[in-house]
Amino acid sequence: MTVSTHPEPITGAAAPTRITSGTPRNRKSNREGFKVNWWLTGLMLAASLTILLPLYFTVAMALKSPDQIGTGTGLAWPNPMNWENFAAAYVATNFPRAFMSTAFVTVLSVLGSLACSSLVAYAIARNWNHRFFRGSFVYLLSAMFIPFPVIILPLIKQTALLGLDNPAGVVFLHVLGGISFNTLLYIAFVRSIPVELEESARMDGATTWQVFRKIIFPLLAPMNATVGIFAFLGSWNDFLLPQMMIADPALQTLPVVQMLFQGEFNTNYSLAFASYLMAMAPTLVVYILAQRWVLSGVMRGAVK
Amino acid sequence: MTITSRVAQTARPAEGKTPTSASPGTGAFRSKSKIDPTYYWMVVPVLGLFAFFITLPALVGVFFSLTNYAGYGDWKFIGLMNYVNIFKDPAVLQSYIFTFVFALTTTVVVNVVALAIALGLNAKIKWRTGIRTVFFIPMVLSALIVSFVFNYLFSNTLPVLAERYGMTPLATSILANENLAWIAIVVVTVWQAAPGATIIYLAGLQSVPSEVYEAADLDGAGSFRQFLSLTLPLILGYLVINVILGFKGFLGTYEIIVGLTGGGPGMATQSVAMRIFSGFTGGDYSYQMANAVIYFLITLLISVIQLRLIQRRGVSL
Repeated sequence: MTVSTHPEPITGAAAPTRITSGTPRNRKSNREGFKVNWWLTGLMLAASLTILLPLYFTVAMALKSPDQIGTGTGLAWPNPMNWENFAAAYVATNFPRAFMSTAFVTVLSVLGSLACSSLVAYAIARNWNHRFFRGSFVYLLSAMFIPFPVIILPLIKQTALLGLDNPAGVVFLHVLGGISFNTLLYIAFVRSIPVELEESARMDGATTWQVFRKIIFPLLAPMNATVGIFAFLGSWNDFLLPQMMIADPALQTLPVVQMLFQGEFNTNYSLAFASYLMAMAPTLVVYILAQRWVLSGVMRGAVK
Repeated sequence: MTITSRVAQTARPAEGKTPTSASPGTGAFRSKSKIDPTYYWMVVPVLGLFAFFITLPALVGVFFSLTNYAGYGDWKFIGLMNYVNIFKDPAVLQSYIFTFVFALTTTVVVNVVALAIALGLNAKIKWRTGIRTVFFIPMVLSALIVSFVFNYLFSNTLPVLAERYGMTPLATSILANENLAWIAIVVVTVWQAAPGATIIYLAGLQSVPSEVYEAADLDGAGSFRQFLSLTLPLILGYLVINVILGFKGFLGTYEIIVGLTGGGPGMATQSVAMRIFSGFTGGDYSYQMANAVIYFLITLLISVIQLRLIQRRGVSL
């Protein structure tokens, strides 16, 4: 990691920026409005190689034939490129099935997280004076102090007994595991929505459900994005729960399927890297296409 | 990031918020009668599932830690025998030492790296959006797959390069070296975790008003001095959050170790979490449950100490 070794020059340049960065969100005028620190730009570009190099390496490896990998560093770009690796990895990992399984877990976890946490947060925030709801909040929060390794062994026995040793069970745990954090994010946001908005709707005869569905939930949109992003990434990339919970290997998710290439006698690296790349591609593509949106969503979670 | 670390992450920000809006004791009786039952329907089913899937397993685990259950077959109560044995078990002790040394080192490195990146991204650089995009890529990738990629880099690419340039100490894979393997795990964990911390630091840096720096400029403070005397104290709250969240998350590291060393060589890089998980297949279910309970008590103790420190120093977000 080269990033860590230059605190001084970076800090040196950080201070004057404040003049521009204090004004909110005008990236365009920033770009023209200040004198660019080229030296620091170069340093940051160099540092970003620590991120790009492993990614380049993954792509290069995925395009090599076993012969091209040989005993080299693996850093050279393959010539000719071996596109068949992807087809072979597609078959070897049964990619469509793993992809569907991962997508199933992810989509339901995101929807479940959005629905459950926003409902709970709304009910708690609007009845804060009531002991039951305040108690529920403390109860949900207390779960944050329980590390996952503590419950995992009994949990797996329990889900197996219930026939939930499949992707559906993983969905349950993704939703419930994230509920403390997500409810917390939502509650702060619900409090900022004026009660008067609801009251006028209630005058017109709307029930609490209708108020939530028609008024509150749409207003929660920015927080929905934040919770959705966290749930999506957490669920798509999770390894621990699917690995431990899903009994049928045919239903395993993408990250767990990659364990296939870790066998003692399996040294087919070109196949392995093609498969890694295919497993990483969906989140990477989504992120690059929607990066501004994703980052602002995550940022909102960080500030809370 | 796994759910665990994410759940652990915001324990603290909440603490600051809840008391402010709580009006202790008021209205509890008055409002009880006129609450719309719909609100109960919104909360109770979720609470029920939560109790069943999160709280119940924790209690069952504590129960079985007092037995000699192997994960199958018969069992009987053996009191605190598991706990006594754990304190005599050098393998368990080693996993705790490894886990804590690893978590401490990683927390320090992650925060230094993340703060440096955040300062760089917040500075007057060209192509800021593009560079920022690149730096946050690790956040969206699976830690396990990233570890597999680095596994090859550490065990094949690095030795070949080292040999080519005559750096013989690095000519063998550091993953196979009992004393160095943990460094590889730190490197990958930093690679993976730095973006999350960077985001929090960026939020902190953007919350500092520019007037503060203008004043410092007028007073003739150099940029390094400004960083030490202004930036650092002003973002201290964010630093504390990062340290707390990070440390807690790194204590539970699992995927990256699985992808790099699998706990080896020998048991040199086996974390507490890995040992506990081994109880599932290793036939020492109740023993590892006792280990899990101890692990829980230790993390709880750390949380309490951290909370105390925060309160005493008056750091708030």
